[in-house]
Amino acid sequence: MTGDVAVLGVGMHPWGKWGRGFVEYGTVAARAALADAGVDWRDVTSVVGADTVRGGYPGYVAGATFAKALGWQGARVASVYAACASGAQAIGTARAQLLAGLADVVLVVGADAAPKGFFRPAGGDRPDDPDWLRFRVLGATNPAYFALYARRRMAVHGETLEDFAQVKVKNAALGALNPHARYRTAVTPEEVAGSAVVADPLRLLDICATSDGAAALVLSTLEYARRHSTAAPVRIRAVSTVTPTYPNTVLDLPDIATDSAVAARPAERAFRASVAHAAYEEAGIGPDDLSLAEVYDLSTALELQWYEDLGLCGEGEGAKLLRDGATTLGGRIPVNTSGGLASFGEAVPAQAIAQVCELTWQLRGAAGARQVEGARAGITANQGLFGHGSSVVAVR
Amino acid sequence: MSRVRTPVVTRWFDGEEEDFRLLGTRCARCAAVFFPREDAFCRNPGCSGGELVEVALSRRGRVWSYTDGRYRPPAPYLSDPELPWEPYTLIAAELAAERMVVLGQAVPGVTVADLKVGMEVEVVPGVLGADPENPSTTWTTWNWRPVGVPA
Ligand SMILES: [Zn+2]
Repeated sequence: MTGDVAVLGVGMHPWGKWGRGFVEYGTVAARAALADAGVDWRDVTSVVGADTVRGGYPGYVAGATFAKALGWQGARVASVYAACASGAQAIGTARAQLLAGLADVVLVVGADAAPKGFFRPAGGDRPDDPDWLRFRVLGATNPAYFALYARRRMAVHGETLEDFAQVKVKNAALGALNPHARYRTAVTPEEVAGSAVVADPLRLLDICATSDGAAALVLSTLEYARRHSTAAPVRIRAVSTVTPTYPNTVLDLPDIATDSAVAARPAERAFRASVAHAAYEEAGIGPDDLSLAEVYDLSTALELQWYEDLGLCGEGEGAKLLRDGATTLGGRIPVNTSGGLASFGEAVPAQAIAQVCELTWQLRGAAGARQVEGARAGITANQGLFGHGSSVVAVR
Repeated sequence: MSRVRTPVVTRWFDGEEEDFRLLGTRCARCAAVFFPREDAFCRNPGCSGGELVEVALSRRGRVWSYTDGRYRPPAPYLSDPELPWEPYTLIAAELAAERMVVLGQAVPGVTVADLKVGMEVEVVPGVLGADPENPSTTWTTWNWRPVGVPA
C-alpha cells in the first residue's frame, strides 16, 4: 500500500498525577519510543509535538520543546493543536511528511500535566470564544455534555445506568492488566452506582479523570523500515482528521446550540460516524475486518455511542453489543483493551497517540495479559473540541 | 444601592415576560438560522453569503435532553465561592421551526426529576446571579421552563 507508514517504536510515561512538568513526561516517552525502535535520536529527521496548551509558551511550541529537551540536532519540526485530536493531527503531520519524502523517520510526542478538577477555558474575558461562553453563560462543564448524551441514549434506546456501569467494569478490568494505566484495580457495578452523581445520570466513575501522561511514536517510511531490518512492522494505513459537515445537528462540545437544519440537508452520517468512515475509506477496510478498537470513553455512555459510530453494531444496539460480551477480551471485537480513558484519564495531547501505542502492542502480539489473539487490524477513534476528527487505522 | 440588570451576553435575547425571545440571525439568501447569532458571514457552505438579519427564535421547543450540575463549575462561570453550591438543571431544547437544539439553564426549582425527553418547554427571562466582584450588577440570561409548570 502506497499510503502506509511504519510504526518503528512506541513509548509511554506511566499515567497518573505525578506533579512534574509535561516536558519531563514527554521526554521519557520519546526516549522509550526511540529505544523501542532502535533509532538514535540524531537520526530522526523530523519531530512533531502535540501541543500542551496549559504549559504556556513551551507547551504551544511542543515539537521544539521536546527537540530541545532531547538535545538540539537540527531536525525539521512542527507543533500542532487540535484539542483532544492533537495527537492524531501530529501523527497525520508526520505521515504526510513521510509520504511526501520530506522526512524518513519522525518522532511524534504528546504529553500533559493536567490541572485538578474540571477542564476550563484559558483565562481572560473572551466572549468570542465558544468554549469561554458555555462556561460563562451556562456553567456547562464537559461532564454536563456527556450527561446530556447519556440521558438522550436512555430516552431513545432504553439504556440503563447498569449498562453504563458495565462499560466501566469492563474497562477497569482491562486497565488492571496494563502497566501504563493510572487506575489498575477492578471496579464493581455497585461501586459505580455508589459513586457521587456529577451530572445526572452520570456518576464520578462514569466519567474519566484528568491525568498527567505522555505517549510517543517513532514512524518511518516503509523503505527506511526495510533498511532498518524491521521485516514486518506495524503499519499505519489511515489517519482521519476530517471536520464536520454543515449542518452539524448533534450537540457538540463546546457549542451552546447545534447548526440549524433549515437551509441545508444534514449529511447521511453524523460527525463521529464520518470520522470513522473516512478512516475506513482510506484504509480500504471495514468494521468486519477489525481485531480491536480503542475509543474515547470520556464517559461510559459515550463508549456505547462509539460502537455505533464505528459500525461495530447498528444504531441503538451499543448496549446489546456490550451485554453480549462482544467488546471485552475474547469477544468478537474487543474495545479499549488498554483500559481506555476510564483507566488512564485524559492527558489531552497524549491520548490519541497512546491509542496507537496500544494498537501497536496488540498488532505485534506484545500486549501481554490483555492480548487480543491474532490481532491483524485495529482502529482508534476520538474527537477534538471545535470539530476535529481523529481516527487511525493500523494493520499488521 | 440600585442593581443594574445586565445581559450576560449582549443581543442574544430581549423582551419582557410573554415577549421574551432568544435572538438569532437569518441569512437573507439561504434562510439559514444562527444561534448564537452570526453577524459576520453565513456559515452554510452552499451559500455565497447574504445579509444577516436579526430574527427571534421560537418561544417553545421540546426537551432533547437534560442534566444537572452537582459541582460548582469553574470560572468564567460567575458564582460566589463563599456560598454553598446550589445545583441547577440544564436543558437542551429542540426547536421545530429552526430545526436546531439550544441549551439553557432550567428555571430555578426545576430538577431532573421534573423532566422527560420530549416534554414541551418555553423560553423565559432568567437571572444568573449577582456578580461576586461587583454586587450591584445582576447578570440576566434565558431559562427553559416546562410548559404548565408554575414559575
Ligand atoms: Zn446563507
